[in-house]
Amino acid sequence: KEEKQRLRKEKKQQKKNKEKNDEKTSHEEQPAGSASQPPAQPSPKAVPVPASEAPAPADKPAKSKADLKAERRARQEAERASKGKKGDVGQPAPTGKLKAPPSELQPVVKRLPEHVQVDNPEVVKKLAKKLERQQIPLRSDYGYKVSLFSHLHQYSRKAPLTQQLGIPSTVIHPAIVRLGLQYSQGIVAGSNARSVALLHAFQQVIRDYTTPPNEELSRDLVNKLKPYISFLNQCRPLSASMGNAIKYIKKEISNIPSQCKEEEAKIKLLNCIERYINEKIVLAAKAIAKYSIEKISDGDVILFPPNCSFNVTISTSISSSLVNHILCEAFEKKRKFRVIVVDSRPRLEGREALRRLVQKGISCTYVLISAVSYILPEVSKVFLGAHALLANGYVMSRVGTSQIALVAKAFNVPVLVCCETYKFCERVQTDSFVSNELDDPDDLIVTRKGKTQLEHWQKVPSLGLLNLVYDVTPPDFVDLVITDLGMIPCTSVPVVLRVKNVDQ
Amino acid sequence: MELQAVLMAAGGGSRMPDLTYNTPKPMLPVGNKPLMWHPLNLLERVGFEEVIVITTKEVQKMMSTDPKMKDVKMKLDVVCIQEDGDMGTADALRHIQQKIKTDVLVVSCDLITDVALHEVVDLFRAHNATLAMLMSKAHDFTETVPGQKGKKKTGEQRDFVGVDQSGKRLLFMANEADLEDGLSIRKSIMRKHPRMHIKTGLVDAHLYCLKKAVVDFLADNKSISSIRGELLPYLVRKQFSKTTNCPKSKDDADDQTQKTADGSTNSTELLICSRDEPLLQLAQERSCWNDHRGDMSEAYHGGKLRCYVHIMDQGLCYRVNTLAAYIEANRLASKLLEEPAVHPSAVISERCQMGPDSIIGAQCQVADKTSIKRSTIGNSTTVKEKVKVTNSIIMHGVTIEEGCNIHGCVICSNAVIGRGADLKYCLVGNGQQIEAEGKHRLVSRF
Repeated sequence: KEEKQRLRKEKKQQKKNKEKNDEKTSHEEQPAGSASQPPAQPSPKAVPVPASEAPAPADKPAKSKADLKAERRARQEAERASKGKKGDVGQPAPTGKLKAPPSELQPVVKRLPEHVQVDNPEVVKKLAKKLERQQIPLRSDYGYKVSLFSHLHQYSRKAPLTQQLGIPSTVIHPAIVRLGLQYSQGIVAGSNARSVALLHAFQQVIRDYTTPPNEELSRDLVNKLKPYISFLNQCRPLSASMGNAIKYIKKEISNIPSQCKEEEAKIKLLNCIERYINEKIVLAAKAIAKYSIEKISDGDVILFPPNCSFNVTISTSISSSLVNHILCEAFEKKRKFRVIVVDSRPRLEGREALRRLVQKGISCTYVLISAVSYILPEVSKVFLGAHALLANGYVMSRVGTSQIALVAKAFNVPVLVCCETYKFCERVQTDSFVSNELDDPDDLIVTRKGKTQLEHWQKVPSLGLLNLVYDVTPPDFVDLVITDLGMIPCTSVPVVLRVKNVDQ
Repeated sequence: MELQAVLMAAGGGSRMPDLTYNTPKPMLPVGNKPLMWHPLNLLERVGFEEVIVITTKEVQKMMSTDPKMKDVKMKLDVVCIQEDGDMGTADALRHIQQKIKTDVLVVSCDLITDVALHEVVDLFRAHNATLAMLMSKAHDFTETVPGQKGKKKTGEQRDFVGVDQSGKRLLFMANEADLEDGLSIRKSIMRKHPRMHIKTGLVDAHLYCLKKAVVDFLADNKSISSIRGELLPYLVRKQFSKTTNCPKSKDDADDQTQKTADGSTNSTELLICSRDEPLLQLAQERSCWNDHRGDMSEAYHGGKLRCYVHIMDQGLCYRVNTLAAYIEANRLASKLLEEPAVHPSAVISERCQMGPDSIIGAQCQVADKTSIKRSTIGNSTTVKEKVKVTNSIIMHGVTIEEGCNIHGCVICSNAVIGRGADLKYCLVGNGQQIEAEGKHRLVSRF
């Protein structure tokens, strides 16, 4: 009779687990979630946080002994089942509360990337172990982190990773060390530039690669690339475009047939890379320029925040090289427009964008982002560049972009985002807190008239400097996305991704 | 392979003839280790596994017998050159051109420093520079130099080094000797870098990172014989020369090399172009970074040849090429070395007073009632009773009899100091004997 009771209880719990799992998978990315979960769920976790075991039974004081026993047995079985799996389901970070994480029974284990779990010591330890295995030094965080963003890395530019590497770097290919240095010092910045530089470095790596005996090129080369990617990640977190490029390369390498000779394979890979850059970056830029030029009519005033590598003028925000390119092309096609470049500290990338536009002869105005609402009445269109386009239609771009889009919406000015398809990523984000990049806080320190007010900011206990790099713009503020496939609304991004996946 | 290290150890030590009379400069003991051990140690600490050492046969022989050199775990590829002294550092590089497969890091054997080498190499890597070098603020040597009466006037001529605002880019380099009436700076440089800081109180550490193309260029240009004297000013000047900056297609450059006999400018042309130029160019175009602002030109003003310098303001950096530097280096050697100051095999009696900055070598014998302060004592040296040694450098195999008082001296190997001798600021050569009860001030004895 007891057994029957137990079995019934187990069935009930399994049913409840399934419901909970469904809920979990649909609300996976939202950090504020599971507080509403019925606390009776036995949460067999792989995460070794012992305290969680205590609240589960404590939550229901009215449970009978038999129930508790049944629960315990179910938990034990589930844990035994989960010992095989390795999924480390981390805790959603910003609120810091312990939520009941998804149970290991669910078939799809969603892993939170390590770079958003910096305040979880186990994850950090795991990362340290992984880097040690790959012989790459771990870069330590710097300075006080604002509490809302304490789950992200914050590095100092004055402590480069090369300090801990040997000088003739034998573990990491010199081209990759050079690239990592250029990333961390900001010499190569902007998602297009970073991807091109990354692929260029990979070309050099492939050229210098020799297959060791008894190994296959397709598997060994991918393993060789892994420490390099970790190294680059330590220098500066990878961007979405870089991630897609790496995925492509890894796929190409693994698809090399084993009977292919090494020389041929190398040439094939080098050609693949050339083709990728040509198709996805260079030709895509031309296609986007072609589409955008249709949208630019004579007499337009364009706002351009220059964080896009091309900046299209019309209102460009934080320089984008793509928008730059588009505007230059439009100018060559003899359209008459003028550009307002919106810039923001601390990077002040607008100055470089401004220089390139003025060099071409386009008439520009330069403002800081604080003046956006002042000049928007004069603007006819806003062109934004994007760092990545997320699967739920949000646009991830330099910090300040969403602000400009919001103000533009308030003034009923059309906002156009220019983005190549290789920057589309399958991630989903609705806020800028969960996953972001913290830049060196010392960049915010400025010396005016010989005085540096923030010089000793670390000594002030209640002061924290925050230097965010990215933010997300909701699709309601974006009117059109111009890609190399054409002009699509923001919400069609998942369709493009699906089509891309089918192609591949 | 990223960098190959080359150690230049064939120098004669022309500025300290007294010391190098018997011992070649690379093997002079500093902190009881041969002088060339120090840069080798620096390279080893940083992670090099192989070094090409360019030296003379004599030094090579001494290297193979010296026990301290066996401590060096790196693979030393010794290349011998003639000792006649006609070969400059650039000539030596040309000599080993076949061995150079990648970029080189050239170090001089008389450099003693604790610089974080990655600072120099990072400049070289990050900006894809042709040259990256190390310089340091000069320290004045305050101690009296033994054997020299009166303060010697600095007959050395100053170096003028011009850097840009960030303090990293090298814009101008000239020695006072080459400047006839005054310092003239080209207008093109001023236009590109309106703010230049010119410094004179810097010591060149003779540590250079050079691109492989420079070594190839040297092979074609036999007229350049010294790196510091000729190659460096040439490279710094070439940064702003029009020919390097004009983009030429590959065919043009090939034609030009066939045409002219003097291949110098043209090989510099080929110097900088790398195979992947278009991709790098693309990346630079798309990157919103510029190394300067205020004018309409792109990053680096479109120049492909770039020279960088890292100026150390803290930390040790000495070039041991004068007697004063040698003494200073010995004094600070104890700070650099990780080994215990007193060698375990030294026999030191209990009634000996030893200061904390003294270094005692292996198999020394120090008797009672001696006082050794701020001094370095070499291997197999015998110090008898009641001897007072301060601020001195005693090399190997020296015998110091009882009752001596030695202050601020340099005593070379195998010398014998007689009883009761009183030496102040003296320089005693190899194998010399100072008679008993001798009293000497500021004397050089050979």
